[in-house]
Amino acid sequence: MARLINRIRLGRGLVLLLCGVYFAVPLASSVYFSIDDNKGGTTFRAYTDLLNAPGFTDSLVLSLELAGVTVAVLLLLLVPAMLAARLGAPRLRPVIEVMCSMPLVVPVVALTTGIIGVLRWGPDYLQDTPLFQTIVAIQDPTFPIVLVVAYVLMALPFAYRALDAGLRGVDVATLVEAARNCGAGWLRAVFTVVLPNLRSALLNAAVLTVALVLGEFTTASILGFAPFSVWINSNGKSDGQMSVAVSMLSLLIVWVVLLLMSAVGRGRKAARS
Amino acid sequence: MTTAPTPVPAPASAAQSGGGAPGPATPASTADAAKATTATAANATAPTTTTSGAKASKASKAPRPGQARTGRGRAWLAALPLLLFFLVGFGLPAVAIAIGAFTTSSDAPDGGGTFTTDNLTNSLQGAYWTALWGSVKLSLLTALIATVVGLPLAQAVATSRFRMFREAVMSASGVLANFGGVPLAFMFVATLGNAGEVTKRFGLTSHGWSLYTFSGLSVVYLYFLVPLMVITVTPALEGLRTQWREAAYNNGATVVQYWRHVALPVLVPSLLGGFVLLFGASFAAYATAEAMVGSSVPLISMQIGDALSGNVLVGQGNLALALGLDMIVVACLVMAVYLPLQRRSAKWLA
Repeated sequence: MARLINRIRLGRGLVLLLCGVYFAVPLASSVYFSIDDNKGGTTFRAYTDLLNAPGFTDSLVLSLELAGVTVAVLLLLLVPAMLAARLGAPRLRPVIEVMCSMPLVVPVVALTTGIIGVLRWGPDYLQDTPLFQTIVAIQDPTFPIVLVVAYVLMALPFAYRALDAGLRGVDVATLVEAARNCGAGWLRAVFTVVLPNLRSALLNAAVLTVALVLGEFTTASILGFAPFSVWINSNGKSDGQMSVAVSMLSLLIVWVVLLLMSAVGRGRKAARS
Repeated sequence: MTTAPTPVPAPASAAQSGGGAPGPATPASTADAAKATTATAANATAPTTTTSGAKASKASKAPRPGQARTGRGRAWLAALPLLLFFLVGFGLPAVAIAIGAFTTSSDAPDGGGTFTTDNLTNSLQGAYWTALWGSVKLSLLTALIATVVGLPLAQAVATSRFRMFREAVMSASGVLANFGGVPLAFMFVATLGNAGEVTKRFGLTSHGWSLYTFSGLSVVYLYFLVPLMVITVTPALEGLRTQWREAAYNNGATVVQYWRHVALPVLVPSLLGGFVLLFGASFAAYATAEAMVGSSVPLISMQIGDALSGNVLVGQGNLALALGLDMIVVACLVMAVYLPLQRRSAKWLA
């Protein structure tokens, strides 16, 4: 038995070691690559020059704007619908669930082909109608609304799951009834009682969405817009070192945010129990 | 909600339902005002009430059905923006794909818009068929390797004695599983590309290594697929009861026998489900391959990107839509396998 346990330990150590090497080596060598000056020394040029790189701030700002608007639109659409399904129309629940899982089935590239197909209707069939102006307006390169639509669709499954998990932990119906019995109106019940209880779920959904939007490349690049990830790609063709540096930074930021989130979630849970 | 025991005829809903029937109520209510108290009693037995009866009953316990109806009406309204958004944002592109895949494109000689199946047949021939098959092959291979590697890794982590270590690995998996896209490609170019640190240090190029091939791409994909597998299969592993293992060992089973006859049969639905999920993730991936290899490895997502940028023969503009349809069909098949499997594993591990 002791030999058996020893062998299990050995096997586990081996598995962890191999996987650790596979996951650590690319990270380490990327960091090294980004500070290697090819003469045996180190330089932080790639990091210090970042702010002056052509297009860096523009694309980052565009991405952040897109992320903000996407989160706002997504929550404004999803939260009322999910609360309604919990409170007044239970028959809506399967509808919303199916709707929110559909974007998972359709690969992003295929969704993008569909969007391009719709956008082509503009010049093809709708030339003389006001819809044509709309189609032109949503493709404004300074703020492409069509990307927001695509991102909201892509984030729908993840945000739905995050919110659903949050709603499961809270008895919304009872909370609202209690609030209404105390004389609160519908809006007040929702805003001062339900939403604060869903804070961590809302935060979760928002962070997932922001991470998705900041990293999204497919739709933006095929439709020809230039948010952050597209900039990393095109800049990498001219300055590989800087692009690797940016990649490492983005990974670090996502990691820190996720760690903070789980810490916050754990703190709240501990405080409640 | 409708069966909630406590009657909550809140002011807002009562006002709303009262406002819903103001027209006929006014003449009747004045005439029957005296009989209001008796009408309330009669209400309970007679379903066909007068409007005054309905009004009076609002004071007693009867408003439940009426209130539920108005509540539902409002609830629909709250979900309406999402429904509309989905119809426009998701429905229109779906319609565009469905129509476009079966009609000739607008740059065709006949002006476009006529029914044809050429797009679909072309999308399943020649270079496009190679690309579709290449995608399926790559996804199968990487999903298989990730499943085989991910299971022992998840097991090693899940049975670890250190809680900190387990949590660190799980959060790292969460990050890496979502770490697809351009940054991943650049990371591997810096590591194993032609001028990458590891390539230079070990002189891998002279051994015939190149990142920009099928196998190179597989190595890169595993970087986010293995963590995804760890996330997917860990709940299943935690659902394996210690008692099952102890019982097996007490009956004289070896480790291999325990896994062969107890653990794996329970895990199979989860593992298959995870495999299918990984297949889907790797099949749909675009950014990594695009940033890393361009179109030197034939993949269906690359071909769609090419076709959408107008990189097709004249008159075949709708080919991209047909390719998109191919992709959706494969993804649907994947989901059709995944969902029942997930339900089965949920039953075991509840």
